[in-house]
Parts: sequence; structure tokens; C-alpha cells
Amino acid sequence: MRALKAAALMLLAVACAKESANNSQTASSTASTTSGSVDLTGAGATFPYPLYSRWFSEYAREAGVKINYQSIGSGGGIRQLSEGTVDFGASDSPMSDDEMAKAKGGPIIHIPTVLGAVVITYNIPGASAPLTLTGKAIADIFSGKITKWNDARITSLNPGVTLPATDILVVHRSDGSGTTYIFTDYLSRAVPAWNSTVGKGKEVKWPVGLGAKGNEAVAGQVKQTPGAIGYVELAYAKQNNLPTAAIQNKAGKAIVPSVSAVTAAAAGAAKTLPANTDYRISIVDAPGADSYPISSFTWILVYQNQGDAVKGKKVVDFLNWALTKGEADAAALDYAPLPSEMASKVKEKIAAVRLAQ
Amino acid sequence: MTSITARWLERDRRTLRVNIASVGDRVYGIVTTICALVIPALVVAIAVAIFAAAWPAIARLGLSIVTSSDWDVPGGHFGAAPALYGTLVSSVVALIIATPLAIGVAIFLSEFSPTWLRQPVGFLVDLLAAIPSVVYGLWGIFVLTPLLREHVMPFLRDTLHLGATPFFTGPAYGPSMLAAGLILAIMALPYISAVSREVLLAVPRSQREAALALAATRWEMIRDAVIPYARSGIIGGIMLGLGRALGETMAVMMLIGNSPKISASLFAPGYTMASLIANEFSEATNDLHLSALMAVGAALFLITLIVNAVARWLVWSVSRDRAK
Repeated sequence: MRALKAAALMLLAVACAKESANNSQTASSTASTTSGSVDLTGAGATFPYPLYSRWFSEYAREAGVKINYQSIGSGGGIRQLSEGTVDFGASDSPMSDDEMAKAKGGPIIHIPTVLGAVVITYNIPGASAPLTLTGKAIADIFSGKITKWNDARITSLNPGVTLPATDILVVHRSDGSGTTYIFTDYLSRAVPAWNSTVGKGKEVKWPVGLGAKGNEAVAGQVKQTPGAIGYVELAYAKQNNLPTAAIQNKAGKAIVPSVSAVTAAAAGAAKTLPANTDYRISIVDAPGADSYPISSFTWILVYQNQGDAVKGKKVVDFLNWALTKGEADAAALDYAPLPSEMASKVKEKIAAVRLAQ
Repeated sequence: MTSITARWLERDRRTLRVNIASVGDRVYGIVTTICALVIPALVVAIAVAIFAAAWPAIARLGLSIVTSSDWDVPGGHFGAAPALYGTLVSSVVALIIATPLAIGVAIFLSEFSPTWLRQPVGFLVDLLAAIPSVVYGLWGIFVLTPLLREHVMPFLRDTLHLGATPFFTGPAYGPSMLAAGLILAIMALPYISAVSREVLLAVPRSQREAALALAATRWEMIRDAVIPYARSGIIGGIMLGLGRALGETMAVMMLIGNSPKISASLFAPGYTMASLIANEFSEATNDLHLSALMAVGAALFLITLIVNAVARWLVWSVSRDRAK
């Protein structure tokens, strides 16, 4: 009986320790949101969080405005903004008309801040050179139509690369993710058949493969399993030196993923934008000879009508700062900055925010 | 328990003045009553909240949430049958592996172990319960799945020719129902073995001596005198382990391969209800999707309730049989 008691006590102690850690975390975060020192609160996407947190700390130094951001995921950001519990939201995929209509504070403006890209990473024992793929080949692999590495549909794109006759293991994200959204958005744009079979979304019904949670788990699974292929964010792949495939773009050129190729995609897409765009646009499969085709904006979401003029002004000032000085930080953290002419056009959008009198 | 309290109270009455004791009694009684009522109230509150949030999906999709195997978020189909299947299968696999092992450990510790070994081994087994599940998940990714992929799975499939059965076929990737079942077995083991060990140790000495006096061997003594006496407690321990396995989220999510398909092969990836919710909740914006996830949560809640009810019933019926 004594041993059981000891075990129970031990379990209890562990549970309590966890509990108190959680409590202190929530306590500190609520304390910081409610205390007078924080001026703005935001919530949303995890993908741009490393960059945003640098922005917030620099901005606090320069302008004295403190911003508290909770990286709880795009879905949570949209929900919290719709409920009006945060001053701004952040999302990796644009809000749908439906979601916009449900927002309690009226019309919402989408402000693109930086760009992200999705890269294909793989583990092919003995592959001598980087792989080149087309949208069609990627779609065929991720829908299970191509099952061997030495399939003619892959080898014809990679003359001079020796590919083994082994099975392909597809690894995809299991959690809802902007990365999956961008990737499936690209496939449904580049390959019409994809749209009618799998479609696009933050989580889709994958016909084949294993699901792993987060970029790190996808990358880990690919690294561990010979013959595996998966998709991860550009920033993650660069920081971890993963092998990445060059992707053939709309112009027919194979583009190795890089920060500048992603910015080029935004510039290519910007040329065809109407003057009154709301920037809820997808730039996958963008035109332009140097455009990397699997790229997307990430957005900060704000209400057009700011009920609190003081806070509203702080939001507007911060956004203008982010699109001017903030953009310069992006590349160092492997985020692609907006093309400069686009940044100035987005600032005109910010001017449309109305402050209560 | 009540007799101990009664004895304490008796002593208190003798040493303290009666009126103070009776006020103390009343306060004590009220405080413990409140404590006792908070727990069921909390369970009811959780159930009400989950079912209320799940209601839109249940009203719209009905039973197809648990019977359909088409989970397609962009298409608006929410059928969690593969997750339900995965939850049950991974837990059953875990119990099949953990139960004999845990009972073996318990019997060793209560019957065979030298006294000096009993404490440290028991402590180490109990320690398994204190390891956070994410650590199990990491260990699974870096140690268990490569081991499965390179050695265990090919051995089972090709060397033992179990590939002829539908349960051990297909390519060996590592993350699989088998990996999830194994990690759950390790996680459920300390619960089963701690409870079993304590009930075995609680078997009266006279029970053992009587069996030995009838010329039973040690094994016969354990089989015929000790285990039947402790049976209800052991079953309770197994059910506790099953409860642990059904609800486990993090470690399973890291090892099961998160693929919502029903496959007889344990080598194939699967999904569980808990990992489905954990995977999709944070990015779910669509109302029906959120509600469907809540409905999956409600179904998991119900399953856990049913398992506990069955456990109670088993323990009750076993102890009733013995009383006869």
C-alpha cells in the first residue's frame, strides 16, 4: 500500500507541477495583456511569428509601443479578430467572404506583410543531383499515381540524375496549416484535375501517405525514411539545410526556391492586379521568368473602422512602419519581403483605415 | 475508510470538549460534501459544454460522424470512423502487449522478488507513469520507429511469415498502428502493474499458506489461491490502463502516421480521435468543422464513460462471484 501511495503522490506532484506551469503561463500572459504597458494585442498565424516578434521588439524600442502577439494559428487569429478580442489578427490564408461577413466589427482589410514559400524536400539514397519537378509530377506523386522514383514522369524531368526503383513515401502535414493551404492551392492551380479530386485547404483528404504534425515532424520523417518526399516551409528548409527540389514555373523554367525567387513571384503577380484589389489574392503559379511557383502572402488583418481612435492610430502607425522599415528585416530571417512598388501600394490600403472621431 | 474516520472522531470526542467537536464535525462535513459534489458537477459541466458545441454537427450529420470514413474538410464531409477504429485498435493492441507484461511484473514483485529488489523495481515501473507523453513521442520517433522499420517489421512480415495474415502486411514505414500500440503499451503498463502488485500484496498470508499446506507448488499456489483472490483488482488495473490508452494524444499523434483510413494491417498508418482533434482544432475556422471536432470529442467522452462502466461492472461481477 505504501508503494502505491508513493506512486500516487508522485503522479500528483507531476500533475501539480504541470498544472502550476500552465497556470503561471496563462497568468503571465493575461497579466501582460491587461497591464497598462501593453498597447496593442494581436493573435494568429504561427508561420510569420519569428519575424513579427522581431518587429514588435524593434518597434517597442523605436516607437515605445508595446505589442503582445499570441501565435495561436491562423484559425484562432481570425476567430479572435471576428469576436473583437484582439486589435489585429494574422493569417496565412485570406479570410473567406463567409468569415468576413461574420466579423462583428464590420469590414476587414487584408494587409500583406511578407511572403512565404513551400518547398519540396526528399530523401533519395544515391540521387546525384538536385531534383527538378513540375506541378503535374508533384500532383501525381501526392495523389499516388506515381509510386516509384524511377517512374518515367520523374526521370524525363531529370536527365542525368540516377533515380532508384524504390517506393515513394509521401509525407504530408496532419495538422491544419497555412503550409498545406499554399501547397494545395498551387496544385489545384497548376493541375486542374487536383481541384476536383483533393482540392485545397488547410487540411485536405490526402489519398496516400503519412501525416506528421508541424514542419519539423515532416522534415524528420523525410530525413529518416529512404524514399520519402514531403513539403515544408522555405524558411524551415533553409535553416535546416534540407535538400529541396527545383520547380518548373509558368514560364517553363526550373526555379530553385530562394527568398528572391519568392519576391519575384509577388512582383510577377502584382503586374496583373487590378488597382482596387483587396489583396485577398493567391500568387501561386505566378507569371515571370524567375518566379518560384509555390509562394503566398501572409496577412495582418485589421478592421477598416477602428472604434478606438487611439488604438487605431497605433495600429496604422505600426503597419506603416512594418511595410517600410520592417521589410528590411525579412530576408535575414528567410522571409521574402514584398516587392518595393507593391509595399507602397499596400500602404495606400492602410490609409483606408478610418478612425472613430 | 469510514471505520478509520470513525475511530479518529471517537478519539477526538474523548480528548476535546464535545461542543467544539460537534461544530468542527459540522464544518468538516460541509467542506467534504462540497468537495465531493464539485467533481460530479465538473463532469456534468464538461459533458454539457462538449455536447452543446457538438450539437450543430450532430444535428446536421447525425450518426455519419462515427459511421462514415470520409473525413474531407474542404468537401465538408466529416466521418470519423477511421479515428474511432484507430482509437479502439491501438488501445486493444496496447492492452494485449501490456497486460501479460504488467501482471508478470506484479507477480514477480509480490511473490518471487527478494525484498531488497521489490522497492527499486517497483519504483522504476511507477516512474514510467511520470514521464511526459511528449517524451515518449520523441523516443518513439528517434528509437522505436527506426527499430520497427528496419528490424521488427521485416522480421514479423518476412522471417516469421506473418505477412500471410492481413495484420502484418504492406510496406514498413515506421509510423503505424503498431508503433502507436507499442508506445501505448509502455504508457499503460505502470498503471496495470502498480494496481496489480498492490492487490497481490494484499492477498492474506493465510490464503497462501493454506494452498501450500495442501501441497500446491508455488505456481499452483499463485494460480489457484492468489490470482483468483486478486482478480477484481487486476481487472480494475487493466481498465485503468485502457482508459489511459484511449485518451492519450501527444505520443500517439507523433507515431501513428495520422492517416484517416481503416486498414487491417498494423503496419499501415492510422488515426485516433484524440489526435484528430489535436491536429485540426487550432486551424479550424469553419463552424461545421469545429462542431464536428467537438462531436468527435463527445464520442471519445462517451467511449471513456462506457469503458469505465464496463470496468465497474466487471469488477463487481467478479467480486460477486467470489462472494458466492
